Amino acid sequence: MSWARNILRVNLSKGTCANEPLNMEWAQKYLGQRGLATKYLVEETDPKVDPLSPDNKLIMATGPLTGTCASTAGRYSVITKGALTGAIACSNSGGFFGNEMKNAGYDMIIFEGKSKKPVYLLVEDDSAQLIDAGDYWGKSCWDTEEGIKAKHQDPLIRVASIGVSGEVGVKYACVVNDMHRAAGRSGVGTVMGSKNLKAVAIRGSLGVQVDDADKFLAAVSSGKAVIADNPVTGQGLPAFGTQVLMNVINESGALPTRNHLDSQFAGASKISAEAMAEAREGDGKTNLLTTSACFGCTIACGRISTIERGHYTVAERPQYQIASGGLEYEAAWSLGAATGVDDLDALTFANFVCNEQGMDPISFGATVGAAMEMYENGDISDKETGGLEVKFGSAKALTELAELTGRGEGFGAEIGLGSKRMCEKYGKPELSMAVKGQEFPAYDARGIQGMGLTYATSNRGACHLRGYTVSSEIFGIPVKTDPTESDGKAGLVKAFQDATGAVDSSGLCLFTTFAWSLDDIAPQVDAACEGDWTPERLAEVGERVWTLERMYNLQAGFTAADDTLPKRLLKDAAKTGPAEGKVSDLGKMLPEYYDARGWTSDGVPSNETLQRIAL
Amino acid sequence: MKITVKLYALLGSYLPPQAADNQIDVEVDEGATPASIFAEFHVPPENCHLVLVNGVFVAPGERASHLLKDNDAVAAWPPIAGGDRS
Repeated sequence: MSWARNILRVNLSKGTCANEPLNMEWAQKYLGQRGLATKYLVEETDPKVDPLSPDNKLIMATGPLTGTCASTAGRYSVITKGALTGAIACSNSGGFFGNEMKNAGYDMIIFEGKSKKPVYLLVEDDSAQLIDAGDYWGKSCWDTEEGIKAKHQDPLIRVASIGVSGEVGVKYACVVNDMHRAAGRSGVGTVMGSKNLKAVAIRGSLGVQVDDADKFLAAVSSGKAVIADNPVTGQGLPAFGTQVLMNVINESGALPTRNHLDSQFAGASKISAEAMAEAREGDGKTNLLTTSACFGCTIACGRISTIERGHYTVAERPQYQIASGGLEYEAAWSLGAATGVDDLDALTFANFVCNEQGMDPISFGATVGAAMEMYENGDISDKETGGLEVKFGSAKALTELAELTGRGEGFGAEIGLGSKRMCEKYGKPELSMAVKGQEFPAYDARGIQGMGLTYATSNRGACHLRGYTVSSEIFGIPVKTDPTESDGKAGLVKAFQDATGAVDSSGLCLFTTFAWSLDDIAPQVDAACEGDWTPERLAEVGERVWTLERMYNLQAGFTAADDTLPKRLLKDAAKTGPAEGKVSDLGKMLPEYYDARGWTSDGVPSNETLQRIAL
Repeated sequence: MKITVKLYALLGSYLPPQAADNQIDVEVDEGATPASIFAEFHVPPENCHLVLVNGVFVAPGERASHLLKDNDAVAAWPPIAGGDRS
């Protein structure tokens, strides 16, 4: 058990909803969530499909542990061909939606086709229906979620929706659930919008069955003790959230600043976790109001923030004088260091708007940073920006562009293209800090060498969540490696990528891996699911998932030439910090990586490798 | 010699009131080490999870022997970690 063994297939063109059994042979090979849904996508779609075509499919998928009492077991993912990248996309979210979906009895919901008019899917256990969403089209994620709950008179319905940005085709639109959790990257919300699917609302009450309840409870209990006793998951993340990284990474000389022109930001301390907990001069209150946890989580890294009521962004707008999802590190970096803005409340406002309208704050902020560089270089002017001074450090430009982009208006429509398309449009493709069309997160590839290889080889475009070698290179988890050296990083990246592939397929949060290895996760999966699940088997699943994604991308038209970084990171040395004088050593690491994976020098998995991992 | 001491997250409470942005400059004698600096600020060594000198990692076993130089910056954090998860 643990899998619900049930898929809901929704044909939006025909307006039909039908149940079908989960392919259990595939479940034994790909586990669930990221891996299993990718298998379905690979089998059911042409990798060359236009991401916004009705022929593309969008899959919401839980893992076998989703909805159980394991710590953090509330995750779900959205899998599709990404609108931003044209590559395989898998975006993972917490909150409570995934648990509700599993408790309604579904491992996955597969959306295919395109509805003639806006609709939302309502699922109440084994009842599923498509309902006209005309009342919600043109509304934000926040208004949509509140509206659907009010309409059905059920505040416990869990809603995942797109905002206006997903309707108007912002290339990095998210799917937002529970107001401020998001399947954030690669434009999965853009694909959802292209299908005229506004929201999915679920109420589940069926429960989740595990294979061996006594064994499972024992394994879960042991796992929770490890998380509680670990200084990072038991103390660090709950107390400070991810934002505590701001000063760490800046101090390490790896905080990309002003579109990667620099790798240290003088304003870092003003937008850090410490600043969020410091009383403001104006009202004496702190930006950080309280913390929050997703379903079943015993870490609780979430932040709930407020903006000073006199701040220019909210002074005349009471709808934003609220407590809502606060800054996480990646968002604070992209909205702050990447743009040179050090106004914490302005960043918080831009983050609110990203949640409200369903935009990935990483890609949004990084694209604004690229626009700022073009503006300062004279590549674009007030004519293109509508009179807005898009200069580095301008909080006003940042917050106005957040609202314009969320609605697809004015220069915001250009920002909504993402940095690759926008920079190409204005003849400056080299200013896009992206891989496979997706913007970098918050670690400079010159200062943390393993992350450069992680970005270049990531199947969903530049991403920190496909192999977080920062754990090893900065924090020494599980072993300390030198962030400025490239030796040994190929094997390190592969190991992180494979382990992540397994965790992302399980229903658990990746943050557990600051405390857990696969040795801690395997007993929980083994007790919950049929079959014998060892750490070695999970690692093999992770490698199989990674390779399947790679094969999809190769068939979609990507080649080894796409496994690269912008010239800025390969040619322009870091100016300050421990990595001063260094560029990314990708040219050395990439062949080593292909070799470690058993791929050819062209980055193609060899037949022997495919046979070894039964792909 | 002058050393910049940076204590972050909960370690910030060990800084004197005149510190700003979680840091303060201090004058110390030759031979100072990260461990001796932490002792001067009454920071329990077991609370120093991550220690960087000029951004470079100093392993726990080296904190009492790593000699500081004029204008070095010593930074320390309690247990932490990060990134978002989407």
